[in-house]
Amino acid sequence: MTVESAAPPLDTDARAALAELLLSVADDEFVIGFWDSEWTGIAPMLEEDVATSSIAQDEIGHAKALYELLAELTDNDADTIAFGRDAADFRHAALLNHARGDWAFSVARRYLYETADAIRLAALAASSHAPLASLAGKMRREETYHLLHADAWIRRLSDGAADGRERLVAGLRTLWPDAQEIFAPLEAEEVLVTQGLLPRPMAELHAAWQAQVAPVLQLIVDDLPAAGPSVDGRRRRTDDFGWLHREFTTVAGSEAGATW
Amino acid sequence: MVTQPTVDARTERVWAELRQIPDPEIPAISVVDLGVIGDVRLDGNHLEVDLLPTFIGCPAIGVMREQIAERLGELGFVNDVSVKVTFDPPWTSERITPAGRQRLRLGGFAPPATAPTGPALIGIDQLAVLPVAECPYCGSTRTTLDNPFGPTLCRAIYHCDACRQPFEQFKRV
Repeated sequence: MTVESAAPPLDTDARAALAELLLSVADDEFVIGFWDSEWTGIAPMLEEDVATSSIAQDEIGHAKALYELLAELTDNDADTIAFGRDAADFRHAALLNHARGDWAFSVARRYLYETADAIRLAALAASSHAPLASLAGKMRREETYHLLHADAWIRRLSDGAADGRERLVAGLRTLWPDAQEIFAPLEAEEVLVTQGLLPRPMAELHAAWQAQVAPVLQLIVDDLPAAGPSVDGRRRRTDDFGWLHREFTTVAGSEAGATW
Repeated sequence: MVTQPTVDARTERVWAELRQIPDPEIPAISVVDLGVIGDVRLDGNHLEVDLLPTFIGCPAIGVMREQIAERLGELGFVNDVSVKVTFDPPWTSERITPAGRQRLRLGGFAPPATAPTGPALIGIDQLAVLPVAECPYCGSTRTTLDNPFGPTLCRAIYHCDACRQPFEQFKRV
């Protein structure tokens, strides 16, 4: 994919900073897409089989487009970035370290992720890196469907039978601290903000997200603990993710350069 | 002496060729009527085409690029074709031409709902999903959204309460 940019070339520091940002967003979309795809064929109802599969395909498509921007920036190849890295080298937020869990757990994660992603994308759509801004603008149009889906399900489960509500509450309790890590500070964040590559600092985006979702979650979860991002929020890995990583690298690992 | 067609005539020839290329997933509509051709630039014998994906993760993008490059490469005045995927401008439902909307109906798909006009439309949240579709079979608007997600990224599933047929709508984005 070629995306032309009229912007002046970035210096070495800015390129490295932008690469870190692109990798973090791409890995988030890639990993949640693969977790969602674990529901294909076994979702609680046919409509949700279709919906989660479609959402998974969207997210992996977004990851592909972001990896391609990164590949262009770093003179690499999108497939190599996606499938050629060790599990330890992924930079997704800790929220995406957890296995699929039950349906309510997945709904809890989708809600936390989609609300955070929407705030992040709104910022990225104003990035000074034109190819990223236009991609983020396009992503927002598609993510609106995901947001509505997550919103509909969190309402349904929280208003429904006790079993579903309890599972949802358990999922939200477990995931709430790790969801903060979507806004974990990036190493070269100052460069990103100064040059407008990321127009608003992560701390500001985090505050905007908390102001939006905490009042909603407090209606569902009693004593929602105070939580915030941590410096290693995108570096912690789990056995669950190790399992997923082995799954999604199976084809690439069995034949070098395989395309499908 | 052989007269060369002018650049304008050649560009028009490129668009005419593009109008013959069907969308790989919904062959009833051409890539031009679908609105996925952003721009065509002819520089000497080199042709550049901007392709605007309907959805970023659309798996048909690769097939579209190949078909476009192959068909346009056969034009006598073209040496090489480069098909660039871009999101600037983004593809939106409004890019489907009136003829394209009619072709979708004939192919058994409801076209995307048109945007409401006026001050009620403020943000992107209202823009995306309008649970309104006209049945492509009987024309009734007494229809129900079954699933905003369908068999491909760009399709939603509806049911017509008048003729009792399920049908798909090309999704609004």
